Amino acid sequence: MIAILALLLACQLAGEILARSLALPMPGPVVGLILLAIVLLAWVQRRPDLKGTLLDKVTTFLVGGLGLLFVPTGVGVVQQLGLLGDYGVGIVLTLIISAVLTMLATVGAFLAVKHWTGKRP
Amino acid sequence: MNDPFALWVYLSSTPLLWLTVTLCVWVGADWLALKSGRNPLVNPVLLSIIAVGAVLLATGTPYGRYFEGAQFVHFLLGPAIVAIAVPLVTNRKIVMENLLPLLGALLAGSVTAIVSVVLLGRLFGLPPDVLLAMVPKSVTAGVAMGIAEQIGGSPSLTAVLVVLTGVTGAVLVTPIMNALEITDYAARGFSVGLASHGIGTARAFAVDPVAGTFAGIAMGLNAVLTSVLAPILAAWLV
Repeated sequence: MIAILALLLACQLAGEILARSLALPMPGPVVGLILLAIVLLAWVQRRPDLKGTLLDKVTTFLVGGLGLLFVPTGVGVVQQLGLLGDYGVGIVLTLIISAVLTMLATVGAFLAVKHWTGKRP
Repeated sequence: MNDPFALWVYLSSTPLLWLTVTLCVWVGADWLALKSGRNPLVNPVLLSIIAVGAVLLATGTPYGRYFEGAQFVHFLLGPAIVAIAVPLVTNRKIVMENLLPLLGALLAGSVTAIVSVVLLGRLFGLPPDVLLAMVPKSVTAGVAMGIAEQIGGSPSLTAVLVVLTGVTGAVLVTPIMNALEITDYAARGFSVGLASHGIGTARAFAVDPVAGTFAGIAMGLNAVLTSVLAPILAAWLV
């Protein structure tokens, strides 16, 4: 459990160091994700099944509980009530319509490319 | 008479109180979501924000003091992004099978997210500083705040817009995909993860494990692509 947390933090730290020192356009945790994926891909050559391991369980728990992690940030809305009073309707409508358009464009492109490349429709 | 007040003054300034409040409110909100049969409208993130926000306003607690406690939860966002490597590797077969659709959807979705929010925001008469803060709204919180800072938007406003976007996608994805009769859970998950980052991913994992995995992949890839595209598109659009 602690070893897994240490592994995740070490990957994030290494990602942060790489991103900053090489001035990469991507954020540290994403570089950390790529590093961990490389390590795991090498690992599964020898021990093929990650499913059901402690690593799998801990990370499933972390990723599955993602919603909670956004609560502290979201509560920051109490600082923006003035701005939301002035532009609230415009902001909310913009975000809702944009989210719907983004989902439609994404799912449409996904299914279209899948169709063209001859995979199951 | 003086004692309960003194106790409050002490407790409200410790991280313990606000960390505990955040976790307890989440447990309650998640229980309600479960009781509703994971009804998309009963979103635990939205319920928790409303409840905690109301407590802060009612007690006159500044956000900064709340965050001193809540930062311990917030901190886990980074390791949680790194952790997406695990479902990515365990599902590598289905990911490789869907590699081209995934890349096409990533490009289409990422560009649509940025361009649509700026154009719509202009249409609704939002000022340029709000538009800049909106550009990375589909990217997971920590990353989006970094992008906002880079392009000249307010990171704290971006953080709120990110969470609002996340909740919107998480609430709307199931009804929209059902109405369109889309049954490909890889495609459904990818679209909500791209549009609504971690909150959409949490929703996707609640519906289907394959959807959750693809949502997580979309969240990670979109964080990378938006980091590259946002400065270019923002300079051109705003």
